[in-house]
Amino acid sequence: MTDKSQELKPVSEFIPETAPERYIYDMDESKHEIALSTENLQVRYGDKLSLSEGDLRFERYKITSLIGASGSGKSTFLRSLNRMNDDVANVTGNIWYRGLDINSKDIDVYEMRRHIGMVFQRPNPFAKSIYDNITFPLTRRGKYTKAELDEIVETTLKQAALWDQVKDELNKSALSLSGGQAQRLVIARALALKPDILLLDEPSSALDPISSAKFEDTLLELKKDYTIIIVTHNMQQAARISDYTAFFNQGKVIEYDLTRKIFTRPKVELTNDYISGNFG
Amino acid sequence: MNAKTADKIATAVIYAIAGSVVLVLVAMLAFILVRGLPHLSWHFLTAQARSFEAGGGIGIQLFNSFYLLILAMLISFPIALFAAMYLNEYAKPSIWISIVRTAIEVMSSLPSVVVGLFGFLIFVVKFKLGFSIISGAIALTFFNLPILTRSIETSLSQIPDLQREAGAALGLSRFETVIHIILPASVPSIVTGVVISAGRVFGEAAALIFTAGQSAPALNFGDWNPFNTASPLSPFRPAETLAVHIWKINSEGIMPDLSAVSAGASAVLIIVVLLFNFSARRLGQLLYKKLTKS
Amino acid sequence: MDLITEKIKKTSLSTKQDRFGKIISGMALLLITSVVVLIFGFVMTRGIATFTTDKVSVSKFLFGTNWNPSVVDPKTNQPGIGALPLIVGSLAVTFLAALIATPFAIGTAVFMTEIAKKRGAKIMQPVIELLVGIPSVVYGVIGLTVVVPAVRALFGGTGLGILSGTIVLFVMILPTITSMTVDTLKAVPRHYRESALAIGATRWQMIYKVILRAATPGILTAIVFGMARAFGEALAVQMVIGNSAMMPTSLVAPAATLTSVLTMGIGNTVMGTLQNNVLWSLAMILLLMSLVFNLLIRLIGRKGELK
Repeated sequence: MTDKSQELKPVSEFIPETAPERYIYDMDESKHEIALSTENLQVRYGDKLSLSEGDLRFERYKITSLIGASGSGKSTFLRSLNRMNDDVANVTGNIWYRGLDINSKDIDVYEMRRHIGMVFQRPNPFAKSIYDNITFPLTRRGKYTKAELDEIVETTLKQAALWDQVKDELNKSALSLSGGQAQRLVIARALALKPDILLLDEPSSALDPISSAKFEDTLLELKKDYTIIIVTHNMQQAARISDYTAFFNQGKVIEYDLTRKIFTRPKVELTNDYISGNFG
Repeated sequence: MNAKTADKIATAVIYAIAGSVVLVLVAMLAFILVRGLPHLSWHFLTAQARSFEAGGGIGIQLFNSFYLLILAMLISFPIALFAAMYLNEYAKPSIWISIVRTAIEVMSSLPSVVVGLFGFLIFVVKFKLGFSIISGAIALTFFNLPILTRSIETSLSQIPDLQREAGAALGLSRFETVIHIILPASVPSIVTGVVISAGRVFGEAAALIFTAGQSAPALNFGDWNPFNTASPLSPFRPAETLAVHIWKINSEGIMPDLSAVSAGASAVLIIVVLLFNFSARRLGQLLYKKLTKS
Repeated sequence: MDLITEKIKKTSLSTKQDRFGKIISGMALLLITSVVVLIFGFVMTRGIATFTTDKVSVSKFLFGTNWNPSVVDPKTNQPGIGALPLIVGSLAVTFLAALIATPFAIGTAVFMTEIAKKRGAKIMQPVIELLVGIPSVVYGVIGLTVVVPAVRALFGGTGLGILSGTIVLFVMILPTITSMTVDTLKAVPRHYRESALAIGATRWQMIYKVILRAATPGILTAIVFGMARAFGEALAVQMVIGNSAMMPTSLVAPAATLTSVLTMGIGNTVMGTLQNNVLWSLAMILLLMSLVFNLLIRLIGRKGELK
């Protein structure tokens, strides 16, 4: 019996006796270009502290996965990065972006969000046509010719791998799309603003396996031009697509490292328990 | 008595109750319509009312009712829309907001006669507007605001937050998200609410007897300059509405064909209100279909 | 600094729009709230003037039985300002109407939600909803042409009085109470019904012991709502009550309510006189009662939550 249970978690042999309680990868700023970093980030709902000490650095043109059980604070962390939690929670600490602390009062939240875009768990296209979904946020803020708009729609839909399916029916209501298509439309809509960073909050949890696989290909393609931070409950997905992985537990970052290290030789026992399925 | 017998008796009693309720309500509708419809004619719908002789119509009253309704809606809709927008889109839970909500709730259950008295005191007497369309329209606005605000707020709240998040994440203001995304999506249910409240306003009398007044002076339907007192559009003329007319003639009318006029006017009133209520839902469904199709 | 950081530090169009939106919508809300405050302020100050300016004692107003403000009583050298007959009249028609309407409303609602769901939803729901919107003067007309003659034929006298008022209000609040009760019954979770039937309860046992129990707070709210409507109703009642401000001695004798006296009186008095002020005091009672009904609805709601 004992032998068998040890076979079940082969990774544990790499954990030394004196394992640390947490490990945060110290990204060398001279070797890696940092797109975004957090410092002393704390989130409170009312009096309840639900996230603390999330000091992370995110490298440019890489995919970083945030993993952890539900309620571990990974979504809260992500939503704080472009201040989507402002209305519901009290977020303290610094978020550094291009030398600015974007978690401060004198930052224009709306403008910032046009550079740090977000895609949510459930696809949320507007009740407009496919074409208008992409162009609406643009035309509300600037003048574009029809040709420019056409080109943006085509490019972004191609980037999101949706163009071939919808190119003949761009005037159809976006509400008629399937879940996977809608989610890709939402990505295209976000890309149309040419953001620096894309925050994805469990974007493929509402998708079927085939759409999900296509979606991962899309992300790997997008990585060339965008910094991507993605929350996922799917560890295989994190292992497949991301360069870095952060493991959250009970409102804290337990371990942050290169993805291949996290999934092969985690330094913290808790991380090991989680990725080997012996959690809780 | 065993449970099965009790069940049978209870079921029978419930059938009887429901049957009698339906009977009473349908009989009531039928009574008004059957008694009133024979008196309806083009003459009745357009002619002036007469106080002492037979053969009067309800033309001016009917016009007044619609004119007041339109004015009241024009004033109250934008206010209600924006107030609802604040409550549903901007308000964060606080003591102030709960006070405001309570105020709106209290206002919606205020007896309409009190609203009428207030309008009388302020607009008719204090502002010296006299019994006039404008006093009546404002009283109707007070009467209408809380209900309309709540109905629009409900319509807005039915649009999922996903849409608001989408707008916010794209750097769009909440205001333009509401105007361009949320409102269009909630148009069907807002329209339903507006038309239903229009039906209520159309039938309201108690708030009007001391504001719009109980007399309907002759109008010159060739004169559409709102600044002439004989013009139908003049906001400063007294304007008895259809509902007030029905109350008035039943309380102190002395024309010989009183019961016929009363029956006819009641039938017209009920038909218009039923049309409002009936079309409210239809219109909402129709708009919904149209909006989701394209 | 690059272009992006510069843009992020500036006030964007979105922020400006939201300021504008917040201000304009906040102003609309403020307007509505101030209307409420104004109505309360004016009616209260006017209503209180009876007791402050005209030095009428509150107990004489509330418990006096002689209502005749335009005539000075030679014995007391004061006009008749005892509002008890009107208060009793209002309370009587309100409670009696609610008392009769409740079983009918519950029975109909149960029929619509538990017994004949299809017919309930297809035919009765729209009928009830349409009836909620029927104007009160129409109820008054029906009262005058059907109820009053019927009462006259059965009990003699004029036919005008509390009984006629009660019947008219009963029909008027019936659709309101029914449609609200239907909503509460529909809100009772399915599994309540299923588990009751699963342990072998008859349909009536399920309705009586499970559904109606669970829906009690909602049904009470519906009844209070109907009562508030009845208490504040002016014209329909005024048309059939007889408008005689005597202490009611019988259900078929002419009587008066707060609203009926207000409807008849306001136009015939001069602003600032005692005769006018006492009418505002009646309006104040109406206002306070509508607050009481509101409070009751809240209390019931809170109790319902605790369960």
